[in-house]
Amino acid sequence: MSEITDLLPCPEPVQLIAADGTAVEPSEQARERGYAMPNPEDLLAVWRAMVVGRRFDTQATALTKQGRLAVYPSSRGQDACQVAPVLALAEGDWLFPTYRDSMSLVTHGIDPMEVLTLLRGDWHCGYDPQATRTAPQCTPLATQAVHAAGAAHGLARRGTDALALCLIGDGATSEGDFHEGLNFAAVFEAPAVFLVQNNKYAISVPLAKQTKAPALAYKGVGYGVRSEQVDGNDPAAVLAVMREAYAHARAGHGPVLVEAHTYRMEAHTNADDATRYRTKDEVDGWTGQDPIVRLQAYLVEQGHLDDARIEEVRAEAEAMAADLRTRMNAESIVEPLELFDHVYAEPTPQLREQRELVRAELAGTATAAHGSNDEKDAQ
Amino acid sequence: MSTSKITYAKALNTALRDALTEDDDVLVMGEDVGALGGVFRITDGLTRDFGEDRCIDTPLAEAGIAGFAVGLAMQGFRPVVEMQFDAFGYPAFEQVTSHIAKMRNRTRGALPMPLVIRIPYAGGIGGVEHHCDSSEGYYVHTPGLHVVTPATPADAYSLLRESIASDDPVVFMEPKSQYYTKADLELPTSTEPIGQAAVRREGADVTLITYGPQLPSALKAAEVAAAEEDWDVEVIDLRSLVPFDDATVEASVRKTGRAVVLAEAQSFAGMGAEIAARVQERCFHSLAAPVLRVSGLDIPYPPPKLEHTHLPGVDRILDTIARLQWDDEPDHTHTPAEVSA
Repeated sequence: MSEITDLLPCPEPVQLIAADGTAVEPSEQARERGYAMPNPEDLLAVWRAMVVGRRFDTQATALTKQGRLAVYPSSRGQDACQVAPVLALAEGDWLFPTYRDSMSLVTHGIDPMEVLTLLRGDWHCGYDPQATRTAPQCTPLATQAVHAAGAAHGLARRGTDALALCLIGDGATSEGDFHEGLNFAAVFEAPAVFLVQNNKYAISVPLAKQTKAPALAYKGVGYGVRSEQVDGNDPAAVLAVMREAYAHARAGHGPVLVEAHTYRMEAHTNADDATRYRTKDEVDGWTGQDPIVRLQAYLVEQGHLDDARIEEVRAEAEAMAADLRTRMNAESIVEPLELFDHVYAEPTPQLREQRELVRAELAGTATAAHGSNDEKDAQ
Repeated sequence: MSTSKITYAKALNTALRDALTEDDDVLVMGEDVGALGGVFRITDGLTRDFGEDRCIDTPLAEAGIAGFAVGLAMQGFRPVVEMQFDAFGYPAFEQVTSHIAKMRNRTRGALPMPLVIRIPYAGGIGGVEHHCDSSEGYYVHTPGLHVVTPATPADAYSLLRESIASDDPVVFMEPKSQYYTKADLELPTSTEPIGQAAVRREGADVTLITYGPQLPSALKAAEVAAAEEDWDVEVIDLRSLVPFDDATVEASVRKTGRAVVLAEAQSFAGMGAEIAARVQERCFHSLAAPVLRVSGLDIPYPPPKLEHTHLPGVDRILDTIARLQWDDEPDHTHTPAEVSA
């Protein structure tokens, strides 16, 4: 059993860089937990990935408006949470993302086209989970929390020091699977880190109607899970807190729950009208918290970033977006017969029959006969 | 190995034991599977002999158990999950249908789910509510799952071994009423593969198609029908509901010309309806009578003192077989409205 003080989050979200880009002195408890300003090279990498990720996000939003994507859940505003935790992963770690975490997948090195395969409607998952060590983006809420717990236990059983990072939203913390995932990970001391991106709304339902807890981070304590809360729009703090969480899990001390306080600047998806449930003043207030602006101001002020480098990365992001546009504008090829290929390792006799029916339909030789027919067979 | 009387429960225990011995990646997990050996003792002694890392007592949370197994399967393990009782599996339903059944498909084959979900199911044991559901209909309706239900000790062993070896998820439904059925059996044994039905009794007049908990009633009814009614009943044990063995069923019905489907589950939109439809589609010209169903009632599973009313018994089976003496000439004199009046 852990001491409760080891589990409790810092009373205030950990912050290392203020909204205006100035450094903040961390609290005593934050210092004790090892949260310190990351070095400039790491912060530059986070900044770069956020600029590219933000451009991906705005491009995907534009493609949705053009009808190229069936739907797109933007994570603009959550850039620090999307980018820093993924950059801090090690080679063998696994990532368990939700439908909103496309920016994380791009940061993880997955081809943006493959990231958008699901949302484009070509297939349910565009990348190879084994090759990328990334589970398919999860649409049911919180179900991936128990997968991450199981995978983390499996990774530990294999004798590796790899961990599983599970991304989750604030609404999903109300689901049973979130609690079962935390509990299983704790009981099995699995190296799983759960990052709750508290973006304040579950589609339209505000946090106040989601929970009575003073902070979502407290939900870990009841399970014996070390918990923390961080300013989710402070990329330096997110990076520092996640690194310590990973170190804790990797050292065999069990799972960690981190709540990042952030804000989704766009609607839930393009199909949603956010003006129905939140005010312009609220959104404007968060505009001043922009994680890219914040980190960029800090890095420029510290002399680690100049206009030339800013322009260079902006051009890199533009090139990625242009390439994505070009490829997305090409009609995709989807193969109807592939529908039967991945239901079972070997198709059942019934699927073989249905495959033959579709094949015949495609070839224009379909008949009404489906399956065998005893009259026909008898002749 | 000597031949001896082996119970269905012992056959399952031996299958788990042999699978754990042969493959280090096989894990048994669930609530109470450790020191207790499971409430039906199917996992008896496994934690003692293989350690609590191989036969794992989990927290009491069915969705968690199923989802945890998903994560382990992603890492190459082959979890065998126990759901303890049919209706206790419902909290795990989302994990089973949204993830276990679909993971191979979603990932174009990159993440197969080689896991087994063992579900003690159906009634006839005097259990209280939530302990006797026939829940197979929920699983057979979900593409991506294999659903098997052994009715004999030999099948219990062989199908469980095959299920654990399968690269696809298998919902393994164990009829609780058969746990103490014994057979002269030498283990290990190998029976027909998943997807193949067995003809348990040959007959010429009517095909009685059944599975799992109702096989004993079917065989009993066939004996009585032969002795008292001069009906020669062929009994087919499906063994596997998904994949479904159309070929064996078709061959039998074309031979006999009559078919009765016997399932313990409630009938509406259930496995029995699926079988009846398939037989009618495929064997229409061979049928001398409509395909009839014998089933449980369309009610929540009743309290123990009334379960005999619900369960299809030999009499209900025989009455249904008697109804197959259909008129040769169809009667067109009644409109549907008159019939229902």
